Amino acid sequence: MKKFLAQTYIWILMVLLYAPLAFIAVFSFTESKVLGNWTGFSTKLYENLFTGRMQGSASLISAVENTLLIALVSAFVSMVLGTVAAIGIHNLSGRKKRALTFVNNIPMINPDVITGVSLFLLFIFLHFSQGYLSVILSHISFGTPYVVLSVLPKLRQMNPNIYEAALDLGATPGQALRKVLVPQLRPGMVSGFILAFTMSLDDFAVTFFTRGTIGLETLSTYIYADARKGGLTPELRPLMTLIFLIILVLLLVINIRQARMQKEKENL
Amino acid sequence: MAGEHIIDLNHVSKSFGDKKILDDINLYVRKGEFVTLLGPSGCGKTTTLRLIAGFLAPDEGEILLDGRDISGIPPHKRPFNTVFQRYALFPHLDVYDNIAFGLKLQKVPSDEIDKRVRKVLKMVSMTDYEERDVNSLSGGQQQRVAIARALVNQPKILLLDEPLAALDLKMRKDMQIELKEMHRELGITFIYVTHDQEEALTLSDTIVVMNEGKIQQIGTPTDIYNEPVNSFVADFIGESNILNGTMIRDRRVSFIGHEFECVDEGFGENVPVDVVVRPEDIYFTKKPERAQFTATVNSCTFKGVHYEMYVDTDTGNELMIQDYDAYPVGSTVMLYIDPDDIQVMVKERTCNTIEGKMVDETHVELLGGEFECLPQPGLTGGEEIVAEIAFDKVDLLDHQEDGVLAGEVHFLLYKGDHYHLTILTEDGDHLWVDTDDIWDKGDLVGIDLAKEDIKIRRKHEA
Repeated sequence: MKKFLAQTYIWILMVLLYAPLAFIAVFSFTESKVLGNWTGFSTKLYENLFTGRMQGSASLISAVENTLLIALVSAFVSMVLGTVAAIGIHNLSGRKKRALTFVNNIPMINPDVITGVSLFLLFIFLHFSQGYLSVILSHISFGTPYVVLSVLPKLRQMNPNIYEAALDLGATPGQALRKVLVPQLRPGMVSGFILAFTMSLDDFAVTFFTRGTIGLETLSTYIYADARKGGLTPELRPLMTLIFLIILVLLLVINIRQARMQKEKENL
Repeated sequence: MAGEHIIDLNHVSKSFGDKKILDDINLYVRKGEFVTLLGPSGCGKTTTLRLIAGFLAPDEGEILLDGRDISGIPPHKRPFNTVFQRYALFPHLDVYDNIAFGLKLQKVPSDEIDKRVRKVLKMVSMTDYEERDVNSLSGGQQQRVAIARALVNQPKILLLDEPLAALDLKMRKDMQIELKEMHRELGITFIYVTHDQEEALTLSDTIVVMNEGKIQQIGTPTDIYNEPVNSFVADFIGESNILNGTMIRDRRVSFIGHEFECVDEGFGENVPVDVVVRPEDIYFTKKPERAQFTATVNSCTFKGVHYEMYVDTDTGNELMIQDYDAYPVGSTVMLYIDPDDIQVMVKERTCNTIEGKMVDETHVELLGGEFECLPQPGLTGGEEIVAEIAFDKVDLLDHQEDGVLAGEVHFLLYKGDHYHLTILTEDGDHLWVDTDDIWDKGDLVGIDLAKEDIKIRRKHEA
């Protein structure tokens, strides 16, 4: 009985979590303009999406491109900055280290709206013209702490003498960083990159406040504007379904790889 | 083993924050020598090694390689290689690539790298392990790879930072023998850091004993063992009985209430000294005419090769004796010591001498605390003075807050009938105390001084 209740609870939870996604996915296979009306099975929305025969398809595609570009660039820069910062924080001691770790955590807890508004005010104050660059800079600013947070544990696990050992064997500080430190920190850097990338992908508030007036749209701002313009463009349904599937596959691949690596380690 | 110096340390000092780690270190290493830096943890031995390797720069003094100052040369350009305490192998590389790391950086041709890696693997008996992941190796194997990785670069000096500390006893003994053989075959200079005195005695040509940032003694293992220069060295190396004594005249010393022949000269007459007698150098005899003193056996423990016995002498001192024969507890035995086996050392100090300041006629400021003293006619407040306090006149209290000063037991030495403690005060000053009470290292104590025990004189009165 106890087991049955536990199982039921889990299933109710799963349904609640995944019902909206399933709903979108199911209704991506019908032509109805209004979400929720089933007008028979059709793949027409998918066709429209890929052939561009839809209303405002050009701006949708450019929004997807912008989203990916901003996410890639800001996540990469965050990864580099965050790794360097983590190495610096790691080599501090005592009070300074705790203080900096604390300061690093604040932007992650801070509500996006506040981050967005304050960045907006900052750019205005600095007379910084808002557009791609301001959005990318903003995304770097909230992505970097995630990289710091995922690289720090790797530094803690690392043998502290490894860097010195590389110098001792004749590596210049730069070579020691490239050939020894980075390979050790790579798993942390990659997970930091993925975190920063996904945070950037689904950001709305910060982008909304810092994109300026040049008409820059990312996927999230595009959907927001589109929904306000009188209903969601039906082709967004197949698009969202596809994005969900891609993320799902990515997650599966990462998990399977990790499990396999774990197994290899245990077998040694 | 005369030869030219390969490394010279001249007046080297190093501090971290306010803490002085190394204080005026002077040391040289000869080409091809096996030198061990030996001392308890925190004595500065690893710092010394890191200065030589170039990971740290000295605050003062110079480090010479073949007579040339190398202060400005970064570690990756110094012709030394280090074997680290926790191996520090690169986990993302296999055994071969770990060892070839240095050679690849030097752009050595790959067939040459191959040859040298194989040769060095053979030397550390790790042939056929090239492809292995370093994480899958045992501690001993990782240590071999670490040694191979350092040796393959053919360094002028091999620096070893407690390389065997993480291995179990049996493995450690085997590796000691192998290291010694490698040193003989290669002819490279080894500088070795350890806190294990037995390891130091086994391996070294020269031992440098360090404590609290200072070199205590430099010498061959036999010198260090047989002729320690002070009670710290005597206590740290091997087992010993360290006793207060008086040098009566040349070749005549008194301790534990008896007079003995010895071989030391030049101390003067009736001078207080420290005497060291190794436990294996006190002999039992059945002939009354040979006996120098008698004692009662207090305890007797079998230690494998020998028995370790504690005896109470007829004059109330406790001695440790090691002998192949056991004597029953409670029995009275006759003992003698050969003149050769008595090591006499100058006492570093005979009482606490502390500089301070008068507060008023009956109060004095010493070591950052204010003590009452007997009225000092002629001395006014603010005057600089020197106070002398006998070792046995310092009161130690169980609770730090009960004393005028708070301190910590830093080092202790059993002197046969009492303990000689070194107390570290809050301000980092030392105070030496003789006491019959039992304290442990690290105990927190309060310090008090009775007014009649503080002997005060003006600072500039010679």
